[in-house]
Amino acid sequence: MKHLTKNTLTYAVSIAAAMTAASAMSATQITVATVNNGHMIEMQKLTPEFEKANPDIKVKWVTLEEGVLRQNVTQDIANKSGLYDVMTIGMYEAPIWGERGWLQAVDTSGSYDEKDILPSIRDGLSYKGTMYAAPFYGESSMVMYRKDLVKAAGMEINDRDSWEHIRDVAAAVNNPEKGIYGICLRGKAGWGDNMAFMTAMANSFGARWFDESWKPQLETAEWKNAVNFYVDLLNKYGPPGASSNSFNENLALFNEGKCGMWIDATIAASFVTDPKQSKVADQVGFAQSPYSVTEKGANWLWAWALGIPVATKNAEAAQKFVRWATSKEYIQLVGQNNGWAAVPTGTRASTYANPEFQEAAVFADAELKAINSANPNDSTLKPSPYVGVQFAAIPEFQAIGTTTGQMISGALSGSMTIDQALKSANTSADRQMRQAGYY
Amino acid sequence: MTLNQQRKLKTILTGLFAWTVALVLFFPIFWMFITSFKTELQAISVPPSLFFEPTLENFRIVQERSDYIHHAWNSVVTSFGSTIIALIIAIPAAYSMAFFPGKRTKDILLWMLSTKMLPAVGVLVPIYILCRDYGLLDSKTALVIIFTLMNLPIIVWMLFSYFKDLPKEILEAARMDGATPWDEVVKVVLPLSVGAISSTALLSIVLCWNEAFWSLNLTASDAAPLTAMIASYSSPEGLFWAKLSAASTLACAPIVVFGWFCQKQLVQGLTFGAVK
Repeated sequence: MKHLTKNTLTYAVSIAAAMTAASAMSATQITVATVNNGHMIEMQKLTPEFEKANPDIKVKWVTLEEGVLRQNVTQDIANKSGLYDVMTIGMYEAPIWGERGWLQAVDTSGSYDEKDILPSIRDGLSYKGTMYAAPFYGESSMVMYRKDLVKAAGMEINDRDSWEHIRDVAAAVNNPEKGIYGICLRGKAGWGDNMAFMTAMANSFGARWFDESWKPQLETAEWKNAVNFYVDLLNKYGPPGASSNSFNENLALFNEGKCGMWIDATIAASFVTDPKQSKVADQVGFAQSPYSVTEKGANWLWAWALGIPVATKNAEAAQKFVRWATSKEYIQLVGQNNGWAAVPTGTRASTYANPEFQEAAVFADAELKAINSANPNDSTLKPSPYVGVQFAAIPEFQAIGTTTGQMISGALSGSMTIDQALKSANTSADRQMRQAGYY
Repeated sequence: MTLNQQRKLKTILTGLFAWTVALVLFFPIFWMFITSFKTELQAISVPPSLFFEPTLENFRIVQERSDYIHHAWNSVVTSFGSTIIALIIAIPAAYSMAFFPGKRTKDILLWMLSTKMLPAVGVLVPIYILCRDYGLLDSKTALVIIFTLMNLPIIVWMLFSYFKDLPKEILEAARMDGATPWDEVVKVVLPLSVGAISSTALLSIVLCWNEAFWSLNLTASDAAPLTAMIASYSSPEGLFWAKLSAASTLACAPIVVFGWFCQKQLVQGLTFGAVK
C-alpha cells in the first residue's frame, strides 16, 4: 500500500508538473476565433496557403458555437486578455467595440483595395469612417421560393412584392395535408433569431426601435401592424411549431421540400441550390424582401468580419492574416480550389463582376441587389438615432432584442396576446434604457 | 393468484420497468450514434429514418478538421489529474470528519455541499480575471484546479458516507497495535475502501470529462478538451447534426469504454451502505 501511495503521489506530481509547463508559443503564432460556418471552415482549410506565403506566421484556429464565440470574445476583449489575435465578429459588435477603442483599425493600405468593398458593408463595420473589422462574408435577406409550387398554384412572385401579395401566395401554396407549408419564417426567440427578421419586417411597416430621444417605440401602431401580420401569416400558413424555428430549422424544412417560401439570409441561397443538401435545388427562385408602407430597411444587412483586438501581442501578423483572408486574391483562391459557387460573397464588388461567379451563382444578382439596398445608417421611415438595419448598434440592444423576441415568440405560440407582448417588451426596454442613462 | 404467481408477476413488472427506464435513458445516445452515420440530409429528414445506407464521411470530416488526439489528451489530463488531486485532499478530510467529528463537522459538510448550489456563471468573471492575471487562460492547469474544486464536495461527501460506516473497532485495534494516524489511513482505511474510492474516482472522472461550461470559457486551443471540440461543430448557418453527432460519438467513446470496464466497481461503490 505504501508503494501504491508513493506511486500515486509521484504520478499526481508528474501530471501537475506537466500541466503547469507553459505552452510554448512562438512570437508569430496567431490564434483566430471563429464560428462554424461553411466559409470559415474553408478558410481554415486554405490557411496553409497563407502560412506558405508567410513562413514566419503560424495560425491556430478556435472554432466555437455562435453564442459561445460571442461570450468568449466579449470576455477576451473587454478584459484585454489577449487570448485571441483575430476574432470573428458581426456588424453589431464592430462599431460598438470600435467606438470603445477595443479594436484596431483594419490596415487597408496598399493593394487591399478598400473601395472594392460594398459600401453598405463597409459602413456597417465602421465607426466615424474607420473600418474596425474586415468583412469575410456579408449577407442581406431575401425571398427564396419554390418556382414549381408557385406556378402550380397559379401565382407569381415578382422582384419585390408587397407583404399582402406574399400572404396571398402563401395561402395559395399552403397544403398541410401534403406536408407543404405556404411560408417558413423565423420564430425562435433571440435578437439574432426572430428579431432579425421581425425588425426588418417592422421597418417595412414604418416602425422603428427608438425615437430620436431613444424612447422605445414598440407599442406604436406600426409595430402592432407588423407583428399582427407576422403572427397571422405564420399561424395560418406556416409549419407547426414555428415559434421554435430559426435559420437551421427552416433550412432543413426548405431543403426537405416543405416550404413554399422562405425569407431569410441570402447566404442560404448557396445551401438551397446545392443538390447535395437540398431535394429542391433546381426549383428555387429568388426575390427581394417584401415591403408594406416602405422599402426602407425591408431587408437586413449583416457581415461576419475579422477584427483585431488592441490587446493582441501579434498585431502585425494578425493584420497580415486579416488582409489575406478578406482580399480579392483569397476569393480567387477559393474560386479556383472549390468552384465559384463556393466563394464567400457579399463583401466585394469584384466578386459580383466576375463572369465565372455570375455563371456559377444563380442567386448573385438578387443577393447584390439586396445588400446594396440596405443602408445601416438610414433604415427606418421615421428618423431614428441608431445605426443598424435589423438591430440598433448599442450595447443594450442584445438584452432588449432578446426580451422582445421572447415576447413575440410567446405571442406566436399563443401564450399571450400581441398587445400584451409588445407592452411587456416596451416596458422592459424602457426600464433598460433609463437604467443605461439614455434619458 | 397464488403467492408464487404474484412473485413472478412482480419480477416481470419490475424487469419491464427497469428495461423501459434503461431504454429511455439510452435512446438519446443510440440516436446520436446512428445519426453520426447519416448524411446531413438524412439526419434532418422527417419522418426520421431508422434504416439507411451508413456513411463514415462525418467521421472523416471530424478527423480532418479537429485534432482529436490533442483534445482527447487534454480531457484525459484534466479529468484524471483533477480526480487524483481531489482524492489526495478528500481522503484525509473525509477520514478526519468520519472518525474525529467535531461540533461543526456536519455544518462544514453542508457548507461544502452548498457551494455546488451556486450557479457557475455567478463566479465566471472573477475566475476568468484571476486566470488572466496568473496567465492561466487556455491552460490545463486552470481546468485541473477548477475541476478539483468543483468535484471536491461530492468526493468528500461520498467518502465520508462510506468511512463513517466502517467499524470503529478496527481502527481502535490498529491503534492498540501502535498504528499512527497515517498508518490508520494507509494500512487500514484505504484497503477497506478500495471499492468506494474507485467508484468515487470514476464518478469524478465522468463529471470532469463531460464538463463544458468552464472548458468553453477558460480555454481556446491549447487546453481545449473534447467538450470544446464538440461545441465547435454547432453552426448558426448550415446543417451540422450529422457531423456534431460524429464528434459527440468520438468524444463519448473513451469514457463509455472506460465505464464499461469499470462498471463492477461503479455499481459496487454506488451501492455501498445501501444494504447493511
